[in-house]
Amino acid sequence: MQVSHFTAAFLFAFFSSIVFGICFRNSPREMVRYGAYCFAVFLGGMFVAGWVMWIIKH
Amino acid sequence: MADTPTSTTQSRPAAAPASTMSIVAPALAWLIPGAGHFVQKRWIRGALLMFSVVAMFMFGLAMKGKIYQQNAGDLLEILAFVSDLGTGGLYILSRMMDLGLNQISFATADYGTKFIAVAGLLNIIAAVDAYHIAIGRKD
Repeated sequence: MQVSHFTAAFLFAFFSSIVFGICFRNSPREMVRYGAYCFAVFLGGMFVAGWVMWIIKH
Repeated sequence: MADTPTSTTQSRPAAAPASTMSIVAPALAWLIPGAGHFVQKRWIRGALLMFSVVAMFMFGLAMKGKIYQQNAGDLLEILAFVSDLGTGGLYILSRMMDLGLNQISFATADYGTKFIAVAGLLNIIAAVDAYHIAIGRKD
């Protein structure tokens, strides 16, 4: 199975966010919100890191 | 001032004394991802945890990720072994079926190796969560 870096990062963020949301919050509503927050931070962090590396290279 | 409760006592309910469940739940959660929540009747949480950990492990294997064995060599390999061991029954099954013996020779295999290691670490987090539910620290 060959996947792109983005696909791998997306899958990683998706599964990790589910576990983080369930384990680090108490109520179902908080779990969903925290899971979504973690997912956004994972993907956002990936884009920021990508642009930082692009800037360093250029 | 002396009567003011601290933030710790406000946010966390008092833990109940150790019970059989406080031992069984984390042990089961390690062996079978999500099972620690199933035995405490947290069906949806258990199913989501099982889905996440098992899917991540399977994606790791599908990407030709490596599963580390016990070794006395490189410190990083020892840490990777401990992480992989966190998947519990999945690790035992994959060792029995000789899966994950690949050499990491391309980028996707490296992603897969990380997926397997992180699946183990997430399963350990889930086991700790099952323990917290068992002792009453979490709803």
